[in-house]
Amino acid sequence: MVLKIFFPQCCNRAESGLLVGRWISGHDSAVVLAVIHYPFIPGQVKQYIQQMQAQSGVELSVLGAWSLPKEGQEGMERFLRDLSTVFPQERWLQVSRQMGKMGFTCKVVYRDQSKTLRLDDEEKVIFVHYEQRKVMLSQLHPIESRDPDPKTEAPSELRQVFQTVARSQPLFFLDRYDDGPLKSTHWQSEGREASIIVELLKQASVPLCVLISWLPNPVSSVLMCRIFSLYPLRFLSSKLSTCIQISYRTEHMRTLSSPKPAAGHTQFMRKANILVSFLVDVALGVLLMSWLYRDNHITMLANMLVPAADHVAKELDELLQWLMGVPAGLKMNRALDQVLGRFFLYHIHLWISYIHLMSPFIEGILWYGGLSACLGLTFALSLLSDMVALLTFHIYCFYVYGARLYCLKIYGLSSLWRLFRGKKWNVLRQRVDSCSYDVDQLFIGTLLFTILLFLLPTTALYYLVFTLLRLVVVLFQGVLHLSVDFINSFPLFAVGLRVCRPYRLAEGVKFRVLCDEPGTALHLLMEINPLKGSTVVQTYRTPTYSCYPRDSWAALVKKLFVGELIYPWRHKSTKTD
Amino acid sequence: MEDEAFTDISGKPISLDCQSHSSFCKEFTVSSPKVSMGKVMVYTCSVWLSAYVVFFFTQNTAVLSSAIIITLVGMMLHIHFVKVDHESLLLIGSLGIQVSSSYASGREITTFIEMSKIKDIVISEAVYMHQIIYYLCVLLKDPSEPNTVSSVVPLFQSSKPRLNCLVKVYKSCQEILSKCQ
Repeated sequence: MVLKIFFPQCCNRAESGLLVGRWISGHDSAVVLAVIHYPFIPGQVKQYIQQMQAQSGVELSVLGAWSLPKEGQEGMERFLRDLSTVFPQERWLQVSRQMGKMGFTCKVVYRDQSKTLRLDDEEKVIFVHYEQRKVMLSQLHPIESRDPDPKTEAPSELRQVFQTVARSQPLFFLDRYDDGPLKSTHWQSEGREASIIVELLKQASVPLCVLISWLPNPVSSVLMCRIFSLYPLRFLSSKLSTCIQISYRTEHMRTLSSPKPAAGHTQFMRKANILVSFLVDVALGVLLMSWLYRDNHITMLANMLVPAADHVAKELDELLQWLMGVPAGLKMNRALDQVLGRFFLYHIHLWISYIHLMSPFIEGILWYGGLSACLGLTFALSLLSDMVALLTFHIYCFYVYGARLYCLKIYGLSSLWRLFRGKKWNVLRQRVDSCSYDVDQLFIGTLLFTILLFLLPTTALYYLVFTLLRLVVVLFQGVLHLSVDFINSFPLFAVGLRVCRPYRLAEGVKFRVLCDEPGTALHLLMEINPLKGSTVVQTYRTPTYSCYPRDSWAALVKKLFVGELIYPWRHKSTKTD
Repeated sequence: MEDEAFTDISGKPISLDCQSHSSFCKEFTVSSPKVSMGKVMVYTCSVWLSAYVVFFFTQNTAVLSSAIIITLVGMMLHIHFVKVDHESLLLIGSLGIQVSSSYASGREITTFIEMSKIKDIVISEAVYMHQIIYYLCVLLKDPSEPNTVSSVVPLFQSSKPRLNCLVKVYKSCQEILSKCQ
């Protein structure tokens, strides 16, 4: 069997001493975590290792001896060889390296002398060199849950290596430059400095979390108030996207503000993503505000709004006049045409007078509404979407009237068509059965059928026109909701991590052959293979009330044809509803 | 380093390079034929000629600059995403298999499959358009169910070598797998 030794790159030039690490059971491999230098007292080493094992939960042990002989240390090799009796192990590794040569030599000593490896079996050892700091900080994907399920088998070899290095953090606190009884070499010995900004931020985060947790409490207590559970207000608040967005952000704040540190990689990434997207949101909102409140843009917008509404009303007027005449060369039924046309014209007249009534207040509304952008661009966009919904309410009403009328007509026609052919819908059996009608039933039925059939083009045309208008509005609202959704759910922190520190999110590893002199062990370099960009976004997307089409194209067309009311965008239900 | 005359399934010459790093570690590299200058010239000339013809009729210089930009961008995309320079298979006994393909621009895509997930390496047949071809593939298994094949990973997909080349790679792989699995 081939023995695999995972050796950290920082220990390549370490002075002679003992190898500390872990044997991975079932896979014939060992992970070297640190080298403890000579001089040391074996009793102290054993005590230290037991202490580290208790703190980290990793089964540490002394794996063997490492010798890099310098001048004046000739007796070292024999001394290290004799240590195998002091630390009783099943297998004792003797790894040695000559200065100036690339390859290591390794000899394995078994406890029962009969199984010592012969010299020509030296080739059956692989040294896999890994960069300790990167492997320690990296997270292997797909992420497996922490709880060890006794039914599943042990994780794979690479996963165990990564877990071992990540959990051995207590081992890396003491260094060879510290004044302790033991001097060890690991990644800290390379002199890697920590960033003082990160440390300051970590210290400042606890009081900040307490502050954040205090802030949404009044808001959420107001929202949870009994009044809002009453039917009309609850229905309204579930329809207005601003309220949905507020409840959403409150939930986010609650996630962020727990003072405990994150319990695991997924939790940490979620918190970080929420924080970063919230900050970006607020920054974009402030940018929007700075544009809006400068150079009287608000007054300009308010002055544009009323003439725009007037223009829309005029266009609708003209459209209805066109429909009431001879639209596209089709001959309408005069009476029905006039009734429907006048009905809709009156609605438009009402709406225009309402807009004119509101016109002095529009600037004020815009001014205060623009202030909401300081909470984030998503708020401004959801407010805009709600305002559009309110302002185009008349189009929605027209659509509903037209659709209902058309739907009734279609059902009536289909039922009377069955009567015309002498059949009937059997409700009990849910199928079409033949039926013998009386003469007067047939007579009235045929009459009604003819009437409905000849009135069909008129109703169909009104329905078509108002459905198209409604679809335009729905499309615009859909675009706004999609962009709000995108800002909410896009994992900016994870993408930034993938760009700046690609080793933290690992999809796997890559190997490169370092040196293969015949007669020595094989040396491989293990590098981290970072996760693909699309996988990062998919894994770390914050779950939102995502806005996606409810029906497929075929179902949508069928609904349009039959006259059912369509609500094309579906929201996944939130927990507060 | 052995270099018999191998070809891929369309008859274009490819080369196979076997490196034996140790008795249980081997690396096989299959290099595809390089981009032929003739083809590049033909494409560029045809695009520019058609651009000149359009320019002759419309007298709009934007056509010419857009043709240049399209040619450049197209070439960059081709060498970065489409043109595979060589594909390699690194087999490390008792550790796993690493499959990597590197593109003409230097980009490398690497995947490593651990030994516990590998069931076997076999040569299999496939129907490819109007031909039946042989291809080398790795059979993967789920460690909890060692008797069923969970998925198949085909190797050397862009270079598509013929059977003689595949047999050579297969024999060396089986030597190592039988010893070290």
